[in-house]
Amino acid sequence: MFAYLPQTDSELKEMLADIGAAGIDDLFADIPDKIRFKGRLDFETGKSELDVFRRLHGLAARNEAAVSFLGAGSYDHIIPSVVGALIGRTEFYTSYTPYQPEISQGVLQAIFEFQTLMCELTSLDVSNASLYDGHTAASEACALAVNSTRKADTILYSHTIHPNTKQVLSTYFNDLPVKLIEVPEKNGVMDVKAVKELIDSQVAALLVQSPNFYGFLEDYTGVADLLHGNKSLFIISSNPMSLGVLKSQGEWKADIAIGDTQPFGLSQYYGGPSVGYIAATEKLLRKIPGRIVGQTKDEDGKRAFVLTLQAREQHIKRERATSNICSNQALAALASTVYLSTVGKEGLKEISSLNMQKAHYLSGLVKDELKLPLYADQPFFNEFTIQLPGPARDICEKMEADGIFAGVPLNMLDSGYPENLLLTAVTEKRTKEEMDRFVESMKGALK
Amino acid sequence: MSMELQDKLIFERSRTGRRGFRTPDADVPVRPMADLVNSVFLREGETLLPEVSEVDVVRHYTLLSRKNYCVDMGFYPLGSCTMKYNPKINEAVSSLEGFTQLHPLQPQHTAQGMLELMYDLTDKLCEVTGMDWGTLQPFAGAHGEFTGMKFFRSYFDKRNEANRTKILVPDSAHGTNPASANIAGFDVVEIKSDHNGFVSLEELKKHLDENLAGIMLTNPNTLGLFEREIGEVADLVHEAGGLLYYDGANLNAIMGKCRPGDMGFDVVHLNLHKTFSTPHGGGGPGSGAVMVKSKLEPFLPVPTVRRKDETYFLDYDIPDTMGRISGFYGNIAVLVRAYTYILTMGSDGLQKASEMAVLNANYVKEKLKHRYHLPFEQICKHEFVFSADEMKEKYGISATDVAKGLLEYGLHAPTIYFPLIVHEALMIEPTETESKETLDHFIEIMEGIADLAENNPEKLHEFPLSTPVRRVDQVLAAKYPVLRWKKE
Repeated sequence: MFAYLPQTDSELKEMLADIGAAGIDDLFADIPDKIRFKGRLDFETGKSELDVFRRLHGLAARNEAAVSFLGAGSYDHIIPSVVGALIGRTEFYTSYTPYQPEISQGVLQAIFEFQTLMCELTSLDVSNASLYDGHTAASEACALAVNSTRKADTILYSHTIHPNTKQVLSTYFNDLPVKLIEVPEKNGVMDVKAVKELIDSQVAALLVQSPNFYGFLEDYTGVADLLHGNKSLFIISSNPMSLGVLKSQGEWKADIAIGDTQPFGLSQYYGGPSVGYIAATEKLLRKIPGRIVGQTKDEDGKRAFVLTLQAREQHIKRERATSNICSNQALAALASTVYLSTVGKEGLKEISSLNMQKAHYLSGLVKDELKLPLYADQPFFNEFTIQLPGPARDICEKMEADGIFAGVPLNMLDSGYPENLLLTAVTEKRTKEEMDRFVESMKGALK
Repeated sequence: MSMELQDKLIFERSRTGRRGFRTPDADVPVRPMADLVNSVFLREGETLLPEVSEVDVVRHYTLLSRKNYCVDMGFYPLGSCTMKYNPKINEAVSSLEGFTQLHPLQPQHTAQGMLELMYDLTDKLCEVTGMDWGTLQPFAGAHGEFTGMKFFRSYFDKRNEANRTKILVPDSAHGTNPASANIAGFDVVEIKSDHNGFVSLEELKKHLDENLAGIMLTNPNTLGLFEREIGEVADLVHEAGGLLYYDGANLNAIMGKCRPGDMGFDVVHLNLHKTFSTPHGGGGPGSGAVMVKSKLEPFLPVPTVRRKDETYFLDYDIPDTMGRISGFYGNIAVLVRAYTYILTMGSDGLQKASEMAVLNANYVKEKLKHRYHLPFEQICKHEFVFSADEMKEKYGISATDVAKGLLEYGLHAPTIYFPLIVHEALMIEPTETESKETLDHFIEIMEGIADLAENNPEKLHEFPLSTPVRRVDQVLAAKYPVLRWKKE
C-alpha cells in the first residue's frame, strides 16, 4: 500500500506481540484523550507515483521562462553536466552531517576542499563549511565582528549593499544591543568620505558590497587602513564569479569575506538553495560561526578529516552561544566545489571575463543605440543599472511580451529607489543575438 | 611511497595546463580588460584552483563518495535526525526545469505553479500541525527556531510587554534551542526535568512571572517520551501570559495522532528534512518551516504566500512583520521534495508512517533493553535512549565504543552523548522505513557488541578496523587547526 512502509500484516502482529501490545493504539496510549487527534487529516489520501508526477508536472508547466537578464543576487550561469551527476550520487545526498568521521570521509574531504577553494578565491586564510545564503552570511559576519571586538556595538554598512541584506541585518539585530548605521552613497558607490566622518571607537565593522547592488565596482583604496587604525573590521561581500578577474576581498585587505556561491553550479531555483560563504583572517579562526572541517590523523597515522573547533558551538555553549548555526548547505557547497574543480583555474578566469565582456557589449548598445545613461558612470562586472525615462516596471512588462525578462526594477526590492532604475544582468549564457533582441525590444517599449 | 589516488585531494591531482571545461567562444567583440576597468579593480594574484580534466573530477568525487555511508546503503538509527528513506520521485520531480530555472524576482504571474506549490504546502503543514499559517523561509531547524523566537519578540513588543524576556528551556532540549533564544535577544533559563525526564510542573511554576516570554519544548521529548502533562504546561504558561514554542524535530512520532496546535503550542518549527523525507545532503540544505496560530500571523516575515481568487502572490504588505529572515524565499528545492512526499503519502500515509515509526522504536527497545541500560522504562514514541553507563563502569566500554563497533559491522551509529541528561547516551531512532529484517540485524549486532563488551572489550576499543579511516584524532584537529590545503 505504501512503498516506503515495509512491515507486512503478519510482521506487524509479531512485533506487537514482542512488545506486549495488543494493537497499534496501545503504543499511543500515553497521549491524553483530550489532546488526541481523532479525525483524519483534511487532505487527499496517498497517490501513485504516476498521479503525483502528473500533479507536479502540471505545476512545473505553469511556471514560465523567458530570455533572462535578471540578476540581483541570483544568476543564470552554465552548469556543467558533471555537477548534477556527482551531487546526484546517493552516497552524498542521503547522508547526514558527518558526525561519525570514519564513515563520512567523503563529505568531510569535500568540505575541506570547499574551504580551500573559498580561501583561494577570497585570498583569506580560513573558511567554514558554508552558511545558508549570502544575506544571512552578512549577519553572521557582523555578529562575529561585534563579538570579537568586545566593546564596540556599531555596524556601519554601505547604502549600496543589497536591500534584502539590509533587511535581514535589521531583523537579526533589532532585538540586540547592536547599532546599524548606513553609510550614504555618492555617484552609485559608497561615499568613502562619509565613512571617515562616521567612524568612531564604537564601530565594530564596516560592511560593503562590490560589485554593489547597482552592479558597480567600488574602490576601497585606503578603506582597510582607515578601519584597522580604528580597530574595526572590514567585511566585503562579493559575487564570487567576479573574483575570477576582479580584486579579491583579501587583496582589498578585508578581514572577512562573504557572499553567495549560487553562480557556481547552482540553478536559480526561485532563490534557493544557494550557499553563503564566509572566509576570514587567521586571527579570527576560532570565532568563525558554523561547521568547520579540519585535517587530522587516524590511529594508523593516515590523513583524515573531521568536524572541528566545536567548542564554539551551541551544543557546548548553549545559552551563551553567539550563533545558532549547526548545519551548512553541504550538498549545495559540494555543487560549487565540483563546479570550481571542473572549470578550474583558467576556466574561471575565462568565464568571469566573458561575463564582463558580454555585459559591456550590452551596456554599449544601451548607451549608443538607446541613448540611455547608466545610473552612474562607474565600472561594473556583469550587471549594471540603467536610467529609464519612465517606470522600469512598465518597460519590463512590455519587454516580457517579447519573451524577455529585462531586469529587476530597483524599487521592487526597496521602494526608496526611484521607479526608473532597472538592474540588468548579463551572464556568459546570453548570446549576442539575445542582447540585440533586448535592444530592439527595449526600443519598442520606450516608444 | 606515493599516495593512493583515492586518498588525494582534488588539488593534489592538479597538473599545470590540464582542462576540465571548454568555455564558449565569445560572440561579442572582446575588448582589452584595461578598456573596461581601471587596473585598481583587477585581481593581482593567481588562485590555486585545480587544473584537472573532467574525467579526473568524476573519478575523484566518485571515489570520495565511496568513503561515505548513507541511507541508501543501510540502517541509520541516528536519534533525533529521522534518517528515513529519501524517495526517488522527490529527486526526479525536483529537477524539473519548470522549477529549477525560476528566478526569484521574475514576475509573479510567471511563477504561478511554484507559488501554488508553496501555498498548498503551507496549507497542508498547517493541517498536520494544527496551526493557522506559516512561513517556508527558514533554511534549517535552528533558523526556524530563531524565526520562532522573533515571532515571540514581535508579539510581546506589539503588546507593549518588552519586559517579557525570559525563555524557559528544559535541560533535555536540543542545544540550538537556548542558542536561538539567546541570539534573538532573550534570557534563557534552563529548567530541570523530573526523575522521569519530563517537564516538572513544580519547577515550571517557579518561573511563571511577569517576565516570562514562553517555553521551548519538543513533544515527544528528546528521550522519545510523550509529555502527558503538556495540556497543564500549556495552561500554566498561557495563564502567566507566555507563549509555547514547539521544536518539530520529533514530529515523526505523532502525525495524524495529535497536533502541536491542539496541545496548546503557538509557534511550531518543522524539519522538512526529517519528517518530510527530504535528503540531508551531508548536512544541508534543509528547511525549518515555521507554522503559527492566527494571533501570531501579523508578525510573519516578508514575504508570505497568499491567494486571491485563483491567483497566488507574494504578500509584502505585513505592517507588523518581524522583517526578513532570508535573502529570498527559503530552500525551495527542499520544499518541492517535501510537497511531493506529502502528496505521495497522503493523509492516511503520514499517519501510518508515524505508527510504524513508533512500532519500530518500541520493538528495538524491547528486544535490547535486557542488554543495554534503559533509564526510562515505558512506551516510547519514535525513538528512545539507552545508557552505556553500566557498560562503562563494568567493562570500560563507552557510548563511543558501542558506536564505533556499529561502524565496524557496516551500520551507522545512534546519536551519542545526547540528550545531556543521560550519561553515555545512545539515542536510537529506527524510523518507519526500516523492515523487520533490518531491525533484527541491528538487534543482533547490538547484542554481539554487548557480548564483546563483556568478553573482549579490548577488541571493541580497536574498532573500527575496516572503515576508510580508523578512529580519528579530534584533539589534534582542534589544537593545531589545519582548515585548508596549501601547496607544499
